[in-house]
Amino acid sequence: MAKVLMIHPDKCTGCRNCELACSFEHERRFRPAASRVQAFTWEREGISVPMMCQQCDDAACVTVCPTGAMHNSTTTQAMIDWDADKCIRCRMCVIACPFGNARYDAATSSIFKCDNCDGSPQCAAFCPTKALEYVDDTDQIKARKKAYAAKFKDAFQEVS
Amino acid sequence: MYGWTGTILRVDLSSGKVSREALDPRVAREYIGARGLGGYIVRSEVDPKTDALSPANKLVFAAGPLTGTFAPSAGRYNVVTKSPLNECLAASNSGGVFGPELKYAGYDALIVEGKAKKPVYLWIKDDAVEIRDAGEIWGHTVPDTTDMVRAATDDEAKVACIGPAGEHMALVANIMNDMHRAAGRTGVGAVMGSKNLKAVAVVGSGAVEVADPDAFLAEVLKGRQMIFDDPVGGTGLPAYGTEVLVNILNTVGGLPTRNWQDGYFPTADKTGGEALAAKQLVRKKGCFSCIMSCGRVTKVDAPGFEGMGEGPEYETAWAYGADCGIDNLDAITKANYLCNEYGMDTIASGSSIACAMELFQRGIITTKDTDGVDLSWGNAEAIVEMTRKMGEGDGFGVKLAQGSYRLADGYGHAEYSMTTKKQEMPAYDGRAIQGIGLNYATSNRGGCHVRGYTISQEVLGSGGSMDPHVTEGKAGLDIVFQNLTAALDATGSCLFATFGLTGDQLVKTLATLTGYDYTLEEFLQVGDRIWTQERLWNIDAGFTAADDTLPKRLLEEPLKSGASKGHVSRLGEMLPEYYALRGYDEKGVPTKAKLKELSL
Repeated sequence: MAKVLMIHPDKCTGCRNCELACSFEHERRFRPAASRVQAFTWEREGISVPMMCQQCDDAACVTVCPTGAMHNSTTTQAMIDWDADKCIRCRMCVIACPFGNARYDAATSSIFKCDNCDGSPQCAAFCPTKALEYVDDTDQIKARKKAYAAKFKDAFQEVS
Repeated sequence: MYGWTGTILRVDLSSGKVSREALDPRVAREYIGARGLGGYIVRSEVDPKTDALSPANKLVFAAGPLTGTFAPSAGRYNVVTKSPLNECLAASNSGGVFGPELKYAGYDALIVEGKAKKPVYLWIKDDAVEIRDAGEIWGHTVPDTTDMVRAATDDEAKVACIGPAGEHMALVANIMNDMHRAAGRTGVGAVMGSKNLKAVAVVGSGAVEVADPDAFLAEVLKGRQMIFDDPVGGTGLPAYGTEVLVNILNTVGGLPTRNWQDGYFPTADKTGGEALAAKQLVRKKGCFSCIMSCGRVTKVDAPGFEGMGEGPEYETAWAYGADCGIDNLDAITKANYLCNEYGMDTIASGSSIACAMELFQRGIITTKDTDGVDLSWGNAEAIVEMTRKMGEGDGFGVKLAQGSYRLADGYGHAEYSMTTKKQEMPAYDGRAIQGIGLNYATSNRGGCHVRGYTISQEVLGSGGSMDPHVTEGKAGLDIVFQNLTAALDATGSCLFATFGLTGDQLVKTLATLTGYDYTLEEFLQVGDRIWTQERLWNIDAGFTAADDTLPKRLLEEPLKSGASKGHVSRLGEMLPEYYALRGYDEKGVPTKAKLKELSL
């Protein structure tokens, strides 16, 4: 069964453990500037939102890639893979991604985008509040939907 | 180096010179970082007799080796300088995301010296360091300053700054970072203001390297689990924040009430974490790498107190609450917002208002002194109005903003200032909890709970349990807490991580990160060294054993109600033993043997 990374900004505390886990998993050191996930914080409103590759089915980065380096995964995972050997570092994917979720890292001459840590995303593993979850695609919104349904339930109970 | 970046940045605001120097590996090993390293720098470079608000004082922003890693809840830095409030070697600890960014920019510490001719801010982007004009920004609040500096530098810059209080050199002034986090106590914001330095903005793209990544990961995972499994670190703090303590301390009769005239406040529950969660909580907020997220994003809709921001934490809810006879949480939270916006310490600000309320109660001051404001206990509007006056440097607020010692002493009644070494004591009564009283008396920066948080064992039963009312064994308890905390502060870890994380686990985490084979024994000795370094500074600044005391009220006036009714602090039973166990002579001076043992 395919799994997806789900983001729940309402649970995000802005601690950036996700960035640290991502950077450590890929480089064995801590360099959030190179993290594939980034949690942005708006201090006045007290809101934080983690951002990472959405693994689009019809991905702009794949469409524009002239060498096939950026491609739909051949494994069971619903994701976009990046092939370093095929990549010519033209950065078309960086330009094309509407979310800003692909970037070129000059220090390592690589395209940085979420690779789901080969099926074990460390951002989700290190998130202390489950603001990031790696779940079966069939379960992705079940809990959120039910939580909202519960509000309707309460409303119905009040009027019935 | 691993853990440390190995570089210290120095900026001389008088000459405009920017320079870099290597971190001496011996100093790194012996003082670790943050509070330890900053203290080492200030003690090496600043004369303890220096006027703290003169250009000769230096202001050090220092991170620890763990800062910037995913060691649990370890993203902190310290501001170290000579305190203008009380002459102590001040070390103010703050979380948020500023400290880690300083590391990623390549620096373990930033030393600011001299004084700029006109208001400036520092803009640090990796190797590029600029001193920029802050003329337009001067005068603005902390959130507005943060936004203005970002607009002029980088949208994602991490900003530490002062508000109007620091500009006025108010002695309650903080340095604020990331809008809501505070390097508080001891008036460090006034030192920044004295240098005409409005803000420091940092963006870093570098890395913190790890000596043994596999071993470090394993130790971090163990440490995380210890905190998750702890009732305080894993449950209490995440659920209610530090505000969970209001009802706990009131129950033991240790919640100082109406400027410490009592230790029990009957309606304190209206100001506690449970009430906050029900009325004001928007969501939880975490500092960098934190797994507890005790920060509270709150919103107040009540007319007259409207606002949004972070807080209150326990200390704030007490200083503006029970200590002022207030049980209106909306007013407390509003006062907290104002403190954050003006850049003021909430403990000092709330306590100074409480002190003024007692002077008002006794007729020592009247509405003629207070600009017409009725300072009766429980006047919710008054605490908000006085906080505004303090922040803006308006009327009676000017006196309040110099702290309760100077306020009360100015009216000839220093005995109503609830301070040690001129700094306001926090929200645990030393009559109800003997060990914390000894800690206030011996703290190297004056009244402070986070120098030796014996509350863990005396009240919370975390990591052991001791009767709060006894004095036996408290000297030893205080010393272990003081030394462990000093070393922990030096790593960049949050004190709250010790709600679960053992000292031994912290040491293993530090050792696998840095590659230095620290043991718990060496770690505690580092703590002892940092503590004694601060002690030596204070002695050179003019402190004596006579300053290791508590306000007369705590020694002579028994608590009137609550679970600790009838108790006073029995400091005299603990202090001689404390000196002896510390390796100090009877005058509180470290012996030659002690200094040799610590290579000081």
